[in-house]
Amino acid sequence: MIMSDAIFSRPTHTFDGMMEECSPSTVSIREFGCEQNLLSRSDGSASFIQGNTSVLAAVYGPAEVKVSKEIYDRATLEVIIQPKVGLPSVKERAQEQCVRETCEASLLLSLHPRSSLTLVLQELHNDGSLLSCFLNAGCMAMMDAGLPMSCLFCGVTCAIHTDGTIITDPTAAQEAESRALMTFAIDSKEHQVMMTSTKGSFSVQEMQQCIAVSQAASEKIFSFHRESLRRRYSKSV
Amino acid sequence: MKETPLSNCERDFLLKAIQEKKRLDGRQTYDYRKLKIMFGTDFGCCFVELGKTRVMAQVSCELVAPKENRPNEGIMFFNIELSPMASPAFEQGRQSELSVKLNRQLERCLRNSKCIDLESLCVVSGEKVWQIRVDVHMLNHDGNLMDAASITAIASLCHFRRPDVGIQGDEVTVYSPDERDPIPLSIYHMPISVSFAFFQQGTYLLVDPCEREERVMDGLLMIAMNKHREICSIQSSGGIMLLKEQVMRCSKIASVKVSEITKLIMKALENDKTARKAGGKCGFAESMPQERITALKKDETAVEMTDVTERANDIVLNAEVPPQTSQSLLVPLPGMGQVGKDLQNSWGIEEYYQDEEEAFNSDEDKQTMMEVGEKQKVHEDVVEISDSEEDEVVILQPEATDRAHKKTSSSSHLKEPAKSKKRHRK
Repeated sequence: MIMSDAIFSRPTHTFDGMMEECSPSTVSIREFGCEQNLLSRSDGSASFIQGNTSVLAAVYGPAEVKVSKEIYDRATLEVIIQPKVGLPSVKERAQEQCVRETCEASLLLSLHPRSSLTLVLQELHNDGSLLSCFLNAGCMAMMDAGLPMSCLFCGVTCAIHTDGTIITDPTAAQEAESRALMTFAIDSKEHQVMMTSTKGSFSVQEMQQCIAVSQAASEKIFSFHRESLRRRYSKSV
Repeated sequence: MKETPLSNCERDFLLKAIQEKKRLDGRQTYDYRKLKIMFGTDFGCCFVELGKTRVMAQVSCELVAPKENRPNEGIMFFNIELSPMASPAFEQGRQSELSVKLNRQLERCLRNSKCIDLESLCVVSGEKVWQIRVDVHMLNHDGNLMDAASITAIASLCHFRRPDVGIQGDEVTVYSPDERDPIPLSIYHMPISVSFAFFQQGTYLLVDPCEREERVMDGLLMIAMNKHREICSIQSSGGIMLLKEQVMRCSKIASVKVSEITKLIMKALENDKTARKAGGKCGFAESMPQERITALKKDETAVEMTDVTERANDIVLNAEVPPQTSQSLLVPLPGMGQVGKDLQNSWGIEEYYQDEEEAFNSDEDKQTMMEVGEKQKVHEDVVEISDSEEDEVVILQPEATDRAHKKTSSSSHLKEPAKSKKRHRK
């Protein structure tokens, strides 16, 4: 990729008056793939692969709901994340919440009042960008289950390296040597941010850059969604 | 979520089909379903597909203190996770009867058969040993979870490599995989469980029952055996009486199945080894089918980011500047901090409103104070009333001895009125 130096070497002005150098970098998302409807028991399932990171997702519902969890005007969404080793801990709970809130925003839950939706996510291999892989797998599984949604969404993880370069879809090694890590859920309609989860310190400038990069990367994933659905409903491979 | 119940006609249909030596998936009585073994990118990660049943296992290790009665033996730990992914009837984080049964059977199959040399897992006797943990995750339940779990667990144990340790004096160093090659576990033999389902009080027998067949079966016999035809564990459940001949026949069938499965595991391990040596990619990501219409894969793609910086700058520059927050921390007294004093109100509410509100609040405060006072009075009243009630209750007591008793203990105090009420009702 050729980039004009004028854009990247220009010192930029941030809101608090600090001068900051924006460094050029070539970003790419690793090879990614998805297989839908691979489990027989669940109503919808998908495995999503980003590089070596892989996640398996299963969706059940709409089904009957426990009285204690019943919501009178919409469906109850439960997200369960299963780690590969050991029992679910606080980290998994936090990820569950991120995924649940994103799904709740995109699903049309009021169409199924007093019912339950369950999304189970199983980590198969963690090689960085796990949360975004959870989001992508969840979206593909919900698509497979045919749940009514107002929009699709995808997850993109950005890492800011210690030297200030932005990396999208980092591997575990890149995550370890990064200064900040941000995961965004982006909707397919307006490419706006639905959820953010960040770690580490960064400036507002860097955050906005990461959002812009993620929005660009999300277009690749949405075109993938389109292509995979077209393939699925085609008569031949 | 509850399990969908099996209807009577389904049950009758299944039993009738079994009587006619027919199975739902077109298998013969002694046929095993298609078995597929895959290994993950990590060491000790294995996926098994047995028909539609899917199981994943991951082996991990940790240095821990040994058990007191076994100071120079490593520890094996099995954990079967019946994730709700496998079946809607499985609940998360709850030990169900099935999970306890499977866990116990796996322990009997792999730990009690002494197939793994636990003494080789000792680092410093009585102080440090390796704890090997096997996490088995059920991904899809289509019957015969036990066989799938035992195959997955033993295959992942064979695939696992633990880090090498060096001991210099009292110091124990664990070497990373880059420094020294990790070591495989020493495995003496590979016990594999084979399940037999019995129908109609043992008249009919099926190998490797699927989920539907499991739901109509009367009894289950699980035989864990290794390729040397040694039985490692045998378990009969469901309360069925089996004849000696039936058990003998099952063990013969098991020996055939076990040798086939062992060959398959060895071949899968061999394939994985050559793939790793060749430096090629291995793992779950590579095993995704390409020829299905439900699967799609995209190669690594670059993301356009020429205008990223400009867009970010635009957003930051166009964003409304947040009101200046209080810069300094006030310390009016030692041990007390204050921020946010004398700030501009940014909520769009005029200042005098606040003043009014404050005035109103202070009025309200007074009112609430008064109310509290009143409440206290009311409360006192209530106390009096309760006292009088108790007096009434005492009057209802027919025995005079009870009254004397009541004065001494307050606990009986509470019980007595209830009794007296009962009497009253009678």
